[in-house]
Amino acid sequence: MSRPEGMRGSRRSLQVKFVPDEDVLKHISDDSGTKVRKDKAQLSVSVKRFVKKLENISNNEAQEILEEKNYVAALGICAQDPVGNGSDISGGEVYSFQTPKRSNKMAELASELAQTPEKNVAPDRSKCPEKMAKTPQNSKMFLLIHVFSLLFQSKKKEFVSTTPYRLRKRLAAPDPYLESESEYSASCSEEEDEDEQKEVSTVLSDQKTPAKTKSASTPPPRNSLAKKKKEQKMGNLVEEYFEAHSSSKVLTSDRTLQKLRKRRLDQKTLHDLLKNAPLAYAAEIRDLNQQHESLFSKWMLQLHLGFNIVLYGLGSKRDLLEKFRTSLLQDSVHLVVNGYFPSITVRSILNSITEEVLDHIGTFRSPLDQLEFITKRFKEDSSLELYVLIHNLDSQMLRGERSQQILAQLSSLPSIYLIASIDHINAPLMWDQAKLSLYNWLWYETTTFNPYVEETSYENSLLVQQSGSLALSSLMHVLHSLTLNARGIFRLLAQHQLEKKDNPSYPGLSFQDFYQQCREAFLVNSDLTLRAQLTEFRDHKLIRTKRGADGVEYLLIPVDDSTLTDFLEKEDEDV
Amino acid sequence: QQIQENLNKQLLDNLVSFLSRSHSGFQEKTTEWTCRMKFREIPTAALVLGVNVTDHDLTFRGLSDVLQDNITPYVALLEAKDCPGIKNLMQKLMGQLMKCDIVVDSLEYEDCVQVSQNKIPCSMPSLISWYDSVTKKTDSETPSKKKNSSSRHWQSPPVVVIFKDMESFTTKVLQDFIVISSQHIHELPLVLIFGIATSPMIIHRLLPHSVSSLLCIELFQSLSCKEHLSTIIDKLLLTSRFPFKLGEKVLQVLINIFLYHDFSVHNFIKGFQLCIVEHFYSQPLSVLCCHLVDIKKRVYSLSHDQCENIRRLPSFRRYVEKQDSEKQIELLTNDSFLKEETEKLLEDLHVYHENYVRILRCLHVFTSSLPKYPLGKQIRELHCACLENRLWETEEYESSLQLARMLNKTDLVTMLQQCVEILMSSSGKEFDRAVEKLKEFLTQFQNLEEASQERDVSASPQKELQKKTDLYHLQKTLLELKESRRSKKLTKFEMLRFEVVDYIDSLVRRYLVPADERTLHEVVYFNAAAVLRGHLNAAPRTALHTALNNPHWYLKNQALRCDGGGISNKAPDICIVYKLHLECGRLINLVDWLEAFSTVVMAAEEPNADAASSDQVDDVIHARFIRAVSELELLGFIKPSKQKTDHVARLTWGGC
Repeated sequence: MSRPEGMRGSRRSLQVKFVPDEDVLKHISDDSGTKVRKDKAQLSVSVKRFVKKLENISNNEAQEILEEKNYVAALGICAQDPVGNGSDISGGEVYSFQTPKRSNKMAELASELAQTPEKNVAPDRSKCPEKMAKTPQNSKMFLLIHVFSLLFQSKKKEFVSTTPYRLRKRLAAPDPYLESESEYSASCSEEEDEDEQKEVSTVLSDQKTPAKTKSASTPPPRNSLAKKKKEQKMGNLVEEYFEAHSSSKVLTSDRTLQKLRKRRLDQKTLHDLLKNAPLAYAAEIRDLNQQHESLFSKWMLQLHLGFNIVLYGLGSKRDLLEKFRTSLLQDSVHLVVNGYFPSITVRSILNSITEEVLDHIGTFRSPLDQLEFITKRFKEDSSLELYVLIHNLDSQMLRGERSQQILAQLSSLPSIYLIASIDHINAPLMWDQAKLSLYNWLWYETTTFNPYVEETSYENSLLVQQSGSLALSSLMHVLHSLTLNARGIFRLLAQHQLEKKDNPSYPGLSFQDFYQQCREAFLVNSDLTLRAQLTEFRDHKLIRTKRGADGVEYLLIPVDDSTLTDFLEKEDEDV
Repeated sequence: QQIQENLNKQLLDNLVSFLSRSHSGFQEKTTEWTCRMKFREIPTAALVLGVNVTDHDLTFRGLSDVLQDNITPYVALLEAKDCPGIKNLMQKLMGQLMKCDIVVDSLEYEDCVQVSQNKIPCSMPSLISWYDSVTKKTDSETPSKKKNSSSRHWQSPPVVVIFKDMESFTTKVLQDFIVISSQHIHELPLVLIFGIATSPMIIHRLLPHSVSSLLCIELFQSLSCKEHLSTIIDKLLLTSRFPFKLGEKVLQVLINIFLYHDFSVHNFIKGFQLCIVEHFYSQPLSVLCCHLVDIKKRVYSLSHDQCENIRRLPSFRRYVEKQDSEKQIELLTNDSFLKEETEKLLEDLHVYHENYVRILRCLHVFTSSLPKYPLGKQIRELHCACLENRLWETEEYESSLQLARMLNKTDLVTMLQQCVEILMSSSGKEFDRAVEKLKEFLTQFQNLEEASQERDVSASPQKELQKKTDLYHLQKTLLELKESRRSKKLTKFEMLRFEVVDYIDSLVRRYLVPADERTLHEVVYFNAAAVLRGHLNAAPRTALHTALNNPHWYLKNQALRCDGGGISNKAPDICIVYKLHLECGRLINLVDWLEAFSTVVMAAEEPNADAASSDQVDDVIHARFIRAVSELELLGFIKPSKQKTDHVARLTWGGC
């Protein structure tokens, strides 16, 4: 508990002055209006310096100053966040229920970039909100009481801080728990104000903490309200916890990749770029892999003894399995299943077994029948042996209950040897006891640190790269094959949609309006021609029609705004 | 490797025989009770099996085998996953019954094939007609055969349908099946057997009253899985039949998995098999782990390298150090001498095991009836304690001896008798003396009994005398009595009791030496508990977490070394991205994330890069970031979110 000590020390040097809440709020709104986003470059410089300096930081006042400085810088960049977002959650609330990593300075620093506190505070006052944000980070989230007591400590600064009302409410709640701290708080208030001290001492001991000290400082009407709230919420720590968790508001900045002015990378360029980037720690990774490779013969033995092998751990296990295959399975019948492939199904696995391994031509009514057939064949012919290698047994397509059941039954056949890899953290949850006993797993930890190149390439990952460009190119492609008038019609619609992009409830352009506009632009001459044109668009999935509540037909382009903008720009270039 | 396969087979055989024996009780009951079939009620047996679902398979297989052998050829095993609808159920049922038929009577083979090829509609009438035809055929067959078959089965053998996992059947299917079959019960003697994992109440919950009233249910409780376990431990570990032994930690791991994870005997066996495999694979000297008869042969076929291996064993070294110098040299240089010595030692080890088991059982007889069970109720606990360290040095042993000194006579006598029986059953001459001693104790107790009877007679008049005196006198005499008792010497019985306990104690000290103090214990004991735990009870999440949090654990690079849970900025990309995402809430802004990432990476790469270049994020870093993020997505830490543009949702710890 060296922290409050330091705080107190620093607080002494800080000039305490009373500012009414109204003033503060006004100030904030002024700030947010005028604040300009600082130069990003400057920030990163300061941030880098911070990284270096933080290396040897101890819990002393120097740190406070440093953090303060940095926080100001961080605030600078985050200040663009509008306060009028409708959320009154304080920084403290955002931070408090996370798994904090105090020791980890770098991440903390980065988190200040990644997370945007909602508050805009004038630099001279920034210290207090910073405390609000920091203190919970110090403590573990389980130590709620601790958190609150710390918050309480920092609450002393409320006179100058801009703590939103809600936080204050939270602070007022855990009174009973603060009794142990009461001595400390008393001493604090002593420093604050002599009159206040007197008032505090007159109240009951269990109520003498925050609300009362506040009562001295805040205007009377506000005070009574806070008191009422406090009484309602007294001791409801548990409820508070869940309240904090259930609040759907999440604070993140509103920045988008669009604003980054960064061209989106498609799959190919991404691949090329990554190929050129050197893989870090190649030597260590190779060592690690060699370690795993030494287990190959053991795996073989265990597979033959009726166990199946599952590999887990970070990193792609594809290469490892491939190596296993090439080194040991060359002469035996084996089947490689790329589970990460988005269109893989159990059925296709079973089909490849029946058709290619068992040379059976014919179809089956259900996978169960097929499985039965396979079982029968393998039981009849004991010389049949099959190695099945499944990369990513936990992939989207295979993780279903039924497919796992079938695979488990397949693997329980004595002459089918299964070796599979899993990656998802929750992968083991897909097996219940019955399946586990069918699989008869032996777990092997094979952390390879290899990048998941193949596995992620099929994934529609986060739309960072591909979807935009794909949609755009298809748009262009279709439109180029159309007449000039048709392109004009589409342009009109697109422009209209872009104009309305700020309206989230925009239903689309009604047909009548659209017809009017098209007529005015001399693109169509009759209702019918426009309809014919629209039908063509619809066939190419360029537009979507929707009937509104009033029976009017609305037209919408089902493409996101950014793509649409790009499209219009490209069109302009062409014209 | 041959040995180990043999062992595996023996293991499974053991299990199966055991299971079928445990269920033979049911069968007898079933036979009696199927006789009194009632009008329109289907006789039903509900088998409560407990939650160890994985074992049920074996149990049912054993059950159906026994049924087929003893009662009826027509047994069908149905599983919920095969029967999503009533139609599938009927199909499955028909298929199985007809297949059974094939097994019983090969003459009918072609018939049946024809029938199944015709794809007759699977319905109850067709089943009945099939049944009629089958029974008729059995009737019309030659007398000799009929006699033969009727000796095994009755005239009209019932059709037994076993529902393996009743809880997972759809209620509709079950109801329909029961209603339909109850209408045909006259023509088709049907018997149902439900396998139940939870409680018998489930039948009434699954089936409405109208349906369950059609059933005539009798409940059977199977043995609890714990009893299965103790039997298996008894048979596998506490015998000298198998040379292979489990070390203390390994046994503990296996038992823990059993008790805390699945209650599955099947898995326990699997773990045991794995132990065997691991032992034979990793321990080069495991060749010597074999039956006593083979030892001589194998020891002499040892190569020089293997001899060196023996010399390297820590337990053997300890042994060598205890010998005098000449012998030391001999042992370390002369291979053939070493071989002789090894053989002797292995034989010793074998004898030790035999004695160990006996004495362990004796001790268990004593300790298992003590109040509060200081050494555990089950023999496996005692076994673990003995393996762990010297039993007589533990507190629990101390307290149990204390308690044993307070046992009453009848208990003591019965215990002693049990011990004598146990020791007598051993073939070795080792225990002759012990047996004699114990017998002597027994006779002494008998003598005591007579003596004490006499004393009782003498004591009673004294009591009467006391009754006559007044209260004051009574108090006085009582005080005197107390005094005298305190100072009085122990009675003869107490003396004897002490002697017995001391003798048992001496036996324990002599024979229950922990195994790792024995020379060459490495040969037969498997002790790599960590390996076992890793393979059976793996923690993939922990592994992932360590890899992401502390890459140094895996990649032995100094640059990655970091102080106390932190992470250096030179870590692999995915670790950095992961660390950054840990600091975020439920939603993560990709832009901010990317920026933070590039800051960190740039700081690591070129600490003195000029500010201007960092304005735009480098393409390569961008690509690296994308890769890391999509890897995290693959690992299930994040998922794309539609709530806000360019945001991802966090899925794990603390994010909520």
